[in-house]
Amino acid sequence: MPFYVSPEQAMKDKADYASKAITRGRSGVVIEYDGGILLVAPNPSRALNKFSEIYDRIAFAAVGRYNEFENLRKAGVRYADTTGFQYDRQDVTARGLAIWYAQLLGTIFTESNKPFEVEIVVAEVGETPDRDQIYRITFDGSVADEHGFAVMGGHADQVAAAVKERFSEGMTLAGALGVATAALAGQANDERREITAAQLEVAVLDRSRPHRTFRRLTGARLDALLAEARTPSATAAGTGAGPAKAAGAGQAVTDGRAGPGGKAAPGAKAGPGGKAAKTDGAGEAAGTPEEGGRPEEET
Amino acid sequence: MGPDSYGPRLPGPYLSPGTSSFADFLASAAPDLLPAAAAGSAGGGALARDLPHGTTIVAAACDGGVVMAGDRRATAGNMISQRDIQKVFRSDDYSCIGIAGVAGIGIDLVRIFQVELEHYEKLEGRTLSIEGKANRLASLVKANLGGAMQGLVVVPLFAGFDEDSGIGRIFSYDVAGGRYEEHRFYGIGSGSIFARGSLKKLYRDGMPVPDVILACMQALYDAADDDSATGGPDVTRRIFPIVATVTADGYQRLTDAEAGAYAQTVIDSRMRSPDGPPAPLRQP
Repeated sequence: MPFYVSPEQAMKDKADYASKAITRGRSGVVIEYDGGILLVAPNPSRALNKFSEIYDRIAFAAVGRYNEFENLRKAGVRYADTTGFQYDRQDVTARGLAIWYAQLLGTIFTESNKPFEVEIVVAEVGETPDRDQIYRITFDGSVADEHGFAVMGGHADQVAAAVKERFSEGMTLAGALGVATAALAGQANDERREITAAQLEVAVLDRSRPHRTFRRLTGARLDALLAEARTPSATAAGTGAGPAKAAGAGQAVTDGRAGPGGKAAPGAKAGPGGKAAKTDGAGEAAGTPEEGGRPEEET
Repeated sequence: MGPDSYGPRLPGPYLSPGTSSFADFLASAAPDLLPAAAAGSAGGGALARDLPHGTTIVAAACDGGVVMAGDRRATAGNMISQRDIQKVFRSDDYSCIGIAGVAGIGIDLVRIFQVELEHYEKLEGRTLSIEGKANRLASLVKANLGGAMQGLVVVPLFAGFDEDSGIGRIFSYDVAGGRYEEHRFYGIGSGSIFARGSLKKLYRDGMPVPDVILACMQALYDAADDDSATGGPDVTRRIFPIVATVTADGYQRLTDAEAGAYAQTVIDSRMRSPDGPPAPLRQP
């Protein structure tokens, strides 16, 4: 323990620590479509979710260390239910929740020795598309008000660029899913891999549903949507990943985890190969069921 | 990990692993928001009688589910304080709750119970079993015991669809949180004596949903006939009992038009025989 560490150095060390951990994980995409907001992330686990319902029109998305963002998710549900109980259901807003999260994460970042290694998105579906809201909150409590889509996690810039290239307002659900999966598939450097239903966690905030709008898309429904997303008409808006996707379309959903090239990627994409793989392993040992546990499942 | 392990400026209860119960969470984070906190400190006594009271609720099992119906009257002493109060509510997708007693406390009980069920569902990613829901309601009722002793009495009637066994189930409560499973049909509130007597003669096992709705309507009519605190169907203002059904398709509340049609059937038959359909004197 050094005798004196300047505040600048202390903050920088914490920020480096947190951002390094987040960069190791995979990305998640939150994207608007004509009927609501779509959330997509690679996640082979059926039990440990990255997305969940906070309130009637509000969803929570997170990447990073599972136990930490699960803690934040529960806190958010408690905040929302308390606010809704105290006032009225319509008084629970994504803006209020995002600011609350920002204060929470900011305080944790400055006051505790170890910052949370998480990046979260709070999304709210409005009555009309122009009232949709997406907020991205990072480990140090910074809030970004995103328009159209938000990307979090490792290689966010790369994925965001891929989404931006093909994103257009008023896309269909299948179209938005196509854009998101193409961008996520492209994150493993230039190796384009097909993401299958079994590897994805997909949820929507469905504008047309009364009361509680959050809904997970799984099983046959998701298979059908993915198939639709791969047809050229659904993704006509974007041409970027077109051919690559078409080639991979034949790959059945069932071969999921066995999919060869795909899953070696997490280690590789973390950059300087061997070292990154080692860090991943260390994270696993330290008990990150969410990110660290994945490579095991893939072999 | 203790509640304050992240630092003194953080909202401890929010970040603690804690419980999946909303009421328990409120007790640690914001106890003043709990309904029982206000009721416990009230003076009660004679004043409690002048608060609006809700009256009669009936519930009856039907083929593949359960029906709950409640009249629309609230009384404060000898005055009618509201003609169109709602006393039957959706508690979640597969259950409903009705209240009788002090309306203010009862509506608060319903609100916290609704949040309780949804809160658990969101935190745990699964819904509670029907027994679990009934037990949670029992502890919420018990929390009002102090208020009840001072005259702020409210008891709920809980009914839901049991997804495991595929049948409708009914639970009644006492003010001390006693939870009793009822079979076939039950009623609570001031007119429930008459409603239960009526249902006893009209109810048959395995009746289809429309028949059970009609039986409940007849029972509420009989309750209103003999109990001044229970309101009958108000044909001039078009105010009819609230009727909810819970089946495998989930909770559904009849529209006013649908409930009105059942009420009209009852009224038409009472025009001919004011005491309602007679039950056979001898078993065939």
